[in-house]
Amino acid sequence: MKILIFGACSAIARETAICFAEEGAKLFLVDLKESRLEAVRQDILTRHKTQIEIYECDANDFANHPAMLDAAIGALGGLDAVLIAHGTYPDQQALQLDIEAIRREFSTNCISIISLATLFAGYFEKQKSGCIAAISSVAGDRGRQRNYVYGSAKGAVSLFMQGLRGRLLPSGVKVVTIKPGQVDTPMTADMPKGFLFASAKVVGKGIYDAMKMGKDVVYLPGYWRWIMLIIKLIPESIFKKLKF
Amino acid sequence: MSAVHYESWGRYPKHNPAGVIKLFWKDEIPRLDNIEGSVLPYGCGKSYGDSCQNSGGILLDTRGLNRLISFDEKEGVLKCEAGVTLSAILDFAVPRGWFLAVTPGTKHITIAGAIANDVHGKNHHRAGSFGCWVNCFELLRSNGERFLCSNEENPDLFRATIGGLGITGLITWVEIRLKPCPSAFFYYESIKFDNLDEFFLINADSDSEFEYTVSWVDTSATDGSLGRGIYMRGNHASPDKFKLPDLPKPKQIPMPIQAPFINSCSVNLFNLLYYHKQFERKISQVAHYDPFFYPLDAISNWNLAYGKNGFLQYQFVVPFGSERDSLKRMLRIIARSGMSSFLTVLKTMGDKPSPGMMSFPRPGVIMAIDFRMTGEPALKLLSTLDEIVVDVGGILYPAKDARMSARDFQLFYPQWREFSKFIDPKFSSSFWRRVIGN
Repeated sequence: MKILIFGACSAIARETAICFAEEGAKLFLVDLKESRLEAVRQDILTRHKTQIEIYECDANDFANHPAMLDAAIGALGGLDAVLIAHGTYPDQQALQLDIEAIRREFSTNCISIISLATLFAGYFEKQKSGCIAAISSVAGDRGRQRNYVYGSAKGAVSLFMQGLRGRLLPSGVKVVTIKPGQVDTPMTADMPKGFLFASAKVVGKGIYDAMKMGKDVVYLPGYWRWIMLIIKLIPESIFKKLKF
Repeated sequence: MSAVHYESWGRYPKHNPAGVIKLFWKDEIPRLDNIEGSVLPYGCGKSYGDSCQNSGGILLDTRGLNRLISFDEKEGVLKCEAGVTLSAILDFAVPRGWFLAVTPGTKHITIAGAIANDVHGKNHHRAGSFGCWVNCFELLRSNGERFLCSNEENPDLFRATIGGLGITGLITWVEIRLKPCPSAFFYYESIKFDNLDEFFLINADSDSEFEYTVSWVDTSATDGSLGRGIYMRGNHASPDKFKLPDLPKPKQIPMPIQAPFINSCSVNLFNLLYYHKQFERKISQVAHYDPFFYPLDAISNWNLAYGKNGFLQYQFVVPFGSERDSLKRMLRIIARSGMSSFLTVLKTMGDKPSPGMMSFPRPGVIMAIDFRMTGEPALKLLSTLDEIVVDVGGILYPAKDARMSARDFQLFYPQWREFSKFIDPKFSSSFWRRVIGN
């Protein structure tokens, strides 16, 4: 297996990368900073010996995306699967009056993911095989007043992936939408941790399993499927009054 | 910066930091001398009292520094970042045939925290303290200087930082030696003893045959039963000698609510049941390392069972020679006070010296006693016990302490003045300010 992970320095993506490395997959890790990538590469190599290449690229540096893909194909001699895992969790309060900040968040958490997915789709469609997984969020299932900027960006990602899945079905390319619930990572470091919080390790392994099985949509951990089902069933007249 | 959930394990005293800086990348740590106020590294917050607290100052949350750096499979030498937990090390090392050379009673602590408190375990009589197994580490000082510390390089900083309570600077990475282990399982025996004298008889037989020894003591018992309990001794179980069970699935249940479940009634009942649950004099079994070393880790935040006021742990070593007399005196005082302890642990310590300048572990008999924080009565009881500890030349353990007096601390650790030369001027803790009297 030859795997590209975009946003590989995120806590969840590192756990998924460790799972792939364990089965001997070759990895191409992409993130913002070389020093971080080097630390993650060392961590994975200490656990499992495999080929790991690193590449510095900003998700919002759209012009650099094709060169990044070419570098991955060149370094690993092809690609079998990609995981798009980068993201930020914006402070909703600070955002809601600042349209520029909302645009930036949408660029990072939505447009850049769509751009990368489109790029990878082109490559895998020609190859007639492959797997594109992207981390969306349970927050994208319904617009809550507490985090609707983040939620709507992730909601767009989920819908985009859904459409892409249909388009790539004839070429045999799997499109996997990952919807984690609350995960204990640097992104959520400031939140008080309730009992629903899952570890990055559990979610990272869940992503690996979903990619291996070529699932369509996975909630991680699985109980979020049922929580979100209930939340989606709440009538709008009541939902609009909920403060969560 | 934020300040959610930065309590100590005993949840007393309750101090709030002015802010928290979360560290995720060892090459991106900000210059600490530009920060307003003092700083203190914070790992998993398993220190019981105020040694992991910095009231009005800044905590440096190191848990994001959680990556492995290298592993020598032949020698068992592991290099990793400061915030890697012992739990993560075991997950990595045990399937590869290696174990922590020293581990305390919880695996949910960071490796840098294990060094800063120079923790010890059930094998102290053989292996010494955690610090004995540290090859080297990097210490980042607030002026931005990074020191490689080992027995050979910067040996003074090395010795000061082991057991140095986190105030000599920030450990960024650590290199330790692991020891080979034949499996994830332990063979162990539990032997009931009727009183303290019997404990010492069994102990005399056990230390040479068993790598790991520890006892639970029923502090509710009096008179002829004073100091009765259960002695546990074990060794690594090799698959050639024992039929090993399948690996258990990891699970941890949370404490559902914060409530004072632990009070003198429930503790007396627990102690009675725990002592009598074992009918036979001696039982032996093979168990996974989790129930053997970390029975309390099965409930993720059991400290909430003491209710909102928290609890105090009292841990001391008394030197050999005075141990029988002083322990009996203390057990009598505790039993008479009616404030029984839920988890009382007794063990003899070995004479392997630690490199740490301020290390607590030393030869003698160690006892750890938990008391619900009931305010004045609990504090008064512990002050009475202090007198005996001082009297026989024992010492208290800073990692567990929330209330020892400055006078006693300076008596227990007369080397503190020498140690002070190595404290980073920007680093401090609530504990340190308390025990040096400012």
